[in-house]
Amino acid sequence: MSFRLYVLQRATALILVPLIAVHLIVIFYATAKGISAASILARTRGSFGWGAFYSVFVIAAALHGAIGVRNVVAEWGPDQLKRNARLLSLILWVTGLGLAGLGLRAVYAVVVA
Amino acid sequence: MTATETITVTLWRGKDEGRYETYVVPRNESQTVLDIVTHIQREIDPTLSYRFACRVGVCGSCAMTVNGRPRWTCRTHVSKVVEDGKLEIGPLANLPVIKDLATDMTRFFERWQQAKGVFEPTTTRADAIAAVLPSDPQRQKADAGIECINCGVCWSACDTVRWNPDYLGPAALNRAWTLQNDSRDGAQTDRIAAVSAKGGCQACHTHQSCEQHCPQGLNPTASIAGLKRMSLQAYLRGELE
Repeated sequence: MSFRLYVLQRATALILVPLIAVHLIVIFYATAKGISAASILARTRGSFGWGAFYSVFVIAAALHGAIGVRNVVAEWGPDQLKRNARLLSLILWVTGLGLAGLGLRAVYAVVVA
Repeated sequence: MTATETITVTLWRGKDEGRYETYVVPRNESQTVLDIVTHIQREIDPTLSYRFACRVGVCGSCAMTVNGRPRWTCRTHVSKVVEDGKLEIGPLANLPVIKDLATDMTRFFERWQQAKGVFEPTTTRADAIAAVLPSDPQRQKADAGIECINCGVCWSACDTVRWNPDYLGPAALNRAWTLQNDSRDGAQTDRIAAVSAKGGCQACHTHQSCEQHCPQGLNPTASIAGLKRMSLQAYLRGELE
């Protein structure tokens, strides 16, 4: 792992810690109050705040997770894979773009669509 | 303890491929694991290969795996490590086996070179001796890590060494940390680049097995954490690529 990836993974972790706290608190709050999907969507639709919050969340999580998956493969994968820098980069990009794509699609669905 | 008391020992024979063989050795008071190995080689099978020199915990050449844990065998009493009357002695892990209990430590020492674990002087013998106060905080950081005897126990205990073929390892990084805190050293910019390259300090998982097993009671994990902070500062200043 390059030092750049190391720094990026720690930086995204720093960003994620407060965001995860808000995310979990809101989930507990919303489910405890028993509010419906429709009323949640009514709050998120067109909300710049929630859109920005979850866009940052998704991008930070995608970067953080992708670097982690790459490192797991680099350390625990078969020997041929450990040594293959191009394949490790490919795993990083596919995981990162995949997670970002899925996440941003969900943000789009609850905020814009 | 009577002279007729014995202990059954299993010992690794062969190279990377091999098997544990059983030996019965007379038990003595204050007997060390190295005493056991020496008895087997001198009295039972002279073809047994192992490595030792000083026998008093200074040279760092007799480290082996004893009942699954890396240890300096000359300072390890049998009574402290025997489990259910059993003693299993093997070569250090994470290194190729040359024969029996002797490992090829080339990779371990190459990492010291790679981490620039060499003092680079900034003055000559014509200059005055540098004044370094023992109370200087930077010197105290260096002092905390300088008693390494290069035995390879931390290398053998480290999960990251096992998983990451590029990893510099606890001993080499600990050495680099002591030099990074040596005010007389002139290679600190190069060294911080060396220890944050691929397989550098950032690969450490902070499992602290090195600290747990170091026979000298050093804490390489803390040294590596120091290098991580130093590397991060260098990275933020734009000194690392």
